[in-house]
Amino acid sequence: MHNVDLDMTIGVENLSKIEGHAELEVKVNRGEVIDAKLVIDENKRFFVDSVMGKHALAVPQTVSRICGTCSVAHLLASIDAVEGAFGVEPSGQTINMRKLLMHGTYIRDHAMHLYLFCLPDYVGKDSVLDFDESQHELIHKAFDVKAAGNRLATMIGGRAVHSPLPLVGGFLKAPQQEEVKAVIGELKAARQAALEFVDVFAATEYKFKSETDFVSLTNDDYDYVSGDICGTDNGCILKTAFDHYLEHMVIPYSQARGFTYDGRPYMVGALARMNDNKESLAPETKKDVGKYLGRFPSFDVFDNNLAQAIEIVHGIDASVKLLETVEFKAEPVKKAEIKKGLGIGVVEAPRGILYYKLMTDDAGKVEFANLVIPTAQNQVKMEKDLGALVQEKLDARMKKDDIRRHMEVLIRAYDPCMSCATNFLKVKWTEG
Amino acid sequence: MKSPVQAGSARKLRIGWFTFTCSEDSSIVLVELMNRHYFEWKDRIDFAHVRILKSNNDMKNLDVAFVEGAISGKRDEENLKKVRENCKRLVAIGACAVTGLPAGQRNSFSPDQMEKIRPFLKLHRLNEKVEPVKKCVHVDAEVPGCPMDEKMFLAVLDRYFAEFGVGTRNAKQETGNAPGAA
Repeated sequence: MHNVDLDMTIGVENLSKIEGHAELEVKVNRGEVIDAKLVIDENKRFFVDSVMGKHALAVPQTVSRICGTCSVAHLLASIDAVEGAFGVEPSGQTINMRKLLMHGTYIRDHAMHLYLFCLPDYVGKDSVLDFDESQHELIHKAFDVKAAGNRLATMIGGRAVHSPLPLVGGFLKAPQQEEVKAVIGELKAARQAALEFVDVFAATEYKFKSETDFVSLTNDDYDYVSGDICGTDNGCILKTAFDHYLEHMVIPYSQARGFTYDGRPYMVGALARMNDNKESLAPETKKDVGKYLGRFPSFDVFDNNLAQAIEIVHGIDASVKLLETVEFKAEPVKKAEIKKGLGIGVVEAPRGILYYKLMTDDAGKVEFANLVIPTAQNQVKMEKDLGALVQEKLDARMKKDDIRRHMEVLIRAYDPCMSCATNFLKVKWTEG
Repeated sequence: MKSPVQAGSARKLRIGWFTFTCSEDSSIVLVELMNRHYFEWKDRIDFAHVRILKSNNDMKNLDVAFVEGAISGKRDEENLKKVRENCKRLVAIGACAVTGLPAGQRNSFSPDQMEKIRPFLKLHRLNEKVEPVKKCVHVDAEVPGCPMDEKMFLAVLDRYFAEFGVGTRNAKQETGNAPGAA
């Protein structure tokens, strides 16, 4: 008879401090992990079906509603795709404003993930709501950084969530000089705190190494809206060729759909960007976080948190430089030529590459839509790592409750987004 | 309605924040509002059940439950009824909870589109129609917007601070954060 203690299921229901609903389930037989699942637990909203037959110009504000925290990424990726289909070339000012909007989104979104979701794990608390008086200074600093990102995104986009100002062909309005000055001040005031958080996330005791390929949009100023798609070891491709590489290997694994890139599993997100493109960080960022850049390329999943912390500093530095050098002026939104077309839109969302492919008919209505979102791309690796982590802890005779906590902390480091994932992944519901 | 009690009261508003079928955009707005309200709310609110911020959640005996998202399936209905049974006041938060849209875009799908998705709906116990929260349970207040309107949310919160006798914050504790954040 086998030892019943070695035959069990370790589950985490209602995974907390992530975006959306998910559950973890790892099955163990005779002390060996036999299955590991990240169960996406959201009800599907059929966004891809919803945009079929709609006018392409209406798509960006519709797909923004796929996700609260990633809304700007969906907005800009879909705008990029529609501009491709209708042959619109955005102006230099528009491109700069899109870069700034993404920097604001990154600062706000990474700050939420790192300071509100992850930081409690690093200081031994359940929640940021449980921080005691000795930790209040930390809270002040966290909210100052997050607020600066929010202010930047709000100035450029009109609102940080579901921004109303970005359009196909430009922006409804340009920022005013007084607003720009105020936002520069807030960004500069938050910089020291952002740097201190880099130290916090560099000093973690959490480690989990897992070799893989990393894929990211790569360019010469570490922005999130331009460049080619590059893998760590397998060169670069034009963004228009991305789905060709994915089409070769769409592998069903466990209950979820996953992707491979050029035939191999891969990871997207801050760790991929830092591994592939750290040389393009702002010079001020490189100077002040230089002592940690030697850790990249890194295969440690927890360095995804460190990479996000560095990206916050880079977002501040790159934005301040743009805001201080670009003179914003009112300019008309470029008119789209409504026609049959194909458009590919790619941006780096905070959690990794976000890809849109749209085809329009003669009237400009959508007749084909396909999306590839970051959490779907990381799904295969997340489940694989989850299984390997549990095996490692079982071998070290760790208690079940502690293993459960480590499972949560690991998945949180990936910063998955379930609101996005549920629209494009096969979903398994666990009842009861 | 009772008058607000004075500073120093230990009474906190016991709240829960629950999300159903939606993008969780109003959850993000809540988290952004904390940029300038964290310390005030920490003194005045018992965040009993807020999954986006904590693991140790307890939904029993809430003063106010804030419900974000539309109701799209049997499990949504069951969970929403549990929330209603455990709270004195229930507030629908954001467009999906108040109107059912945009989460319920499939309500206007063509017969062909519905035919295509119906096996999925059945498999996952999703309803034929996506409904606003008030179709399933009694709603005491609504905060519309996609995402929710911040000022209306703060006004609803103030109303319940008053109704449940939660005192104003002690002035000397007003240390604040970055202004105008959210």
